[in-house]
Amino acid sequence: MSEHLPVLIVVVPLSAAFVVPLLGRRSSGAAHIVTLGALAATLVAASVALARVLRTADGVWRYELGGWAPPWGIEYVLDPLSGGMSVLVAGLALAAAIYAGPYLRTADPDRIGLFDSLYLLLVAGLLGIVVTGDLFNLYVFLEISAIAAYALLSTGGDRAAVATFRYLLVGTVAASCYLLGIGYLYALTGTLNMADLSVRLAAADESTATAVGVGLIVIGLAIKAAVFPFHGWLPDAYTYAPPPVTGFVAAVMTKVSAYALYRVLYFVLGAEPAAASALVFLGWAGVAAIVAGSWLALAQSDVRRMLAYSSVGQMGYIIFGFSLGSPIAIVGALFHVLNHALMKGCLFLVTGGIRWRTGVSSVAGFAGLGRRLPLSATAFALAAVSMVGLPPTAGFFSKWYLLLGAFEAEAWVGVAALVGSSWLSAIYFFRVLERLFVGADETTPAPERRDLPFGMLAPALALAVVVLLLGLFHQPVVTHLLERALPPTVS
Amino acid sequence: MNSGFGSPALDAASRLMTPFMLMFGAYVVVYGHDSPGGGFQGGVIIAACLILVRLVRGRAAGWVMPPEVAVVLLCTGAGIFAGVGLLGPIFGGHFLDYSALPLPLAPAEVRAAGSLAVEIGVALAVTGVLELIFDVLVEARDDA
Repeated sequence: MSEHLPVLIVVVPLSAAFVVPLLGRRSSGAAHIVTLGALAATLVAASVALARVLRTADGVWRYELGGWAPPWGIEYVLDPLSGGMSVLVAGLALAAAIYAGPYLRTADPDRIGLFDSLYLLLVAGLLGIVVTGDLFNLYVFLEISAIAAYALLSTGGDRAAVATFRYLLVGTVAASCYLLGIGYLYALTGTLNMADLSVRLAAADESTATAVGVGLIVIGLAIKAAVFPFHGWLPDAYTYAPPPVTGFVAAVMTKVSAYALYRVLYFVLGAEPAAASALVFLGWAGVAAIVAGSWLALAQSDVRRMLAYSSVGQMGYIIFGFSLGSPIAIVGALFHVLNHALMKGCLFLVTGGIRWRTGVSSVAGFAGLGRRLPLSATAFALAAVSMVGLPPTAGFFSKWYLLLGAFEAEAWVGVAALVGSSWLSAIYFFRVLERLFVGADETTPAPERRDLPFGMLAPALALAVVVLLLGLFHQPVVTHLLERALPPTVS
Repeated sequence: MNSGFGSPALDAASRLMTPFMLMFGAYVVVYGHDSPGGGFQGGVIIAACLILVRLVRGRAAGWVMPPEVAVVLLCTGAGIFAGVGLLGPIFGGHFLDYSALPLPLAPAEVRAAGSLAVEIGVALAVTGVLELIFDVLVEARDDA
């Protein structure tokens, strides 16, 4: 079966999503075990596939669905870029699903099967976006993941429902923009296959229709990726959602959209003048996002909201890196996709766990919790230090590459934004760390030490450790994975 | 929504339409392979027929699909789709490659049989989903 790995990455979670609700009516425990099993199998499939892709010389593995050759059929394409993304998505999906175990034990048993089913659909949708080599297929998976995400995010209570409804409206507009954009390109070239489209577009005359199509696709994906000023849906949606969902969605969902943006702009539209203009626009949007996101994060008193605004800023780093277009900047941006997914996943998992255990999520309420939940607080601290960008954590290296890229391009405004935002993030993260570890009221006796249950603690700690390891051993990742994920026009 | 809002006229009209709607739904599923239509459209027509009967006659008609059954239908339908798709790799083809199925038929017929199985799965899933959506909407109305 190993030659079918590219499609199994999507089919395994998708099939499991329809087994789990049936199983969940008999035994909710069994449903969750099947979910974990399916996600573990997906992670293994993605890792084996990535290892195989990296061993081959050209590093591309194409799989034709139904045996129909592209451009007529749909093909899945695994290269170092999509392979790496699929391992990242599958890994975080498994981590958040393990974390969801203790959380779901307190939930209504009848709902667990449905929760797991939606979660698997979300994972299948995101993996589909990553591995597909077809623009319309990408749209289908974009909708699958988005609809599953709306349903999951809205389960966090009344405020979550309102926030999610807003996300639904904005997200639908975004998906429609993307679809309309593909429509233009399809009308111009008669193809939806990414590789074929890039060849045909290069041969076609430059026209306003191409520019409109590219513009619509970029706006659609930029909204999905929460690029400033299209980030309005994000803070509320992340703040009120249930912790395992936020942990996963915040970690990978915007990143997968950023991946789609990168894939379309560099691999499909690489030679288009319209794509170059879009990148200039995205570069300035990225710089604005870095400044605005960090500034707004500073103003928040709820840790979850602070993390959400910080995500807006971090997406700015990624988009800014992509827009610079030099190898070193793109490597930095891709590295930041990886790092930010791990760091933000860890931070949201710990914050959600602390709220689940103690009921507090405000910065002030975190005072002294470092003594009550020492290991969780340690994981939080490690990820926070990486977010600020201090060596030897992974966050330092991705920011370093981005900074080098900005210097190389002489983008001084970007350099200033990167440095300034690092200062701001140091302020807002150390404010929380100070509360956690030293802000305790010394006059009262130390509270009983009661950390999170193992199932919630282990994924968060594992992510924190990976952040540290990735920082210490970043060189092999950069040379063997990220530098091979550069588009042909750049490398 | 326990009682329908049927009048004798609606009742007679829906009785007349129901068999044709079901037949047309099945036709659209089966012929989706070579004409406009397919599992999704056929499933919608079948679900529309079930919903029509419920709107006119309420629960009294006995055509009520409990949500549990609708979920089973949905999951089974999707399972048929994925299962037929996975038969491809099992018999040495690609995912969703029906030509690999070992059926004693001409190659074109094998492909048609495979896609018919997939369309039936899709139709079941769509019927189940639309019934579920209708149930949820009706429930919300009853609560209000």
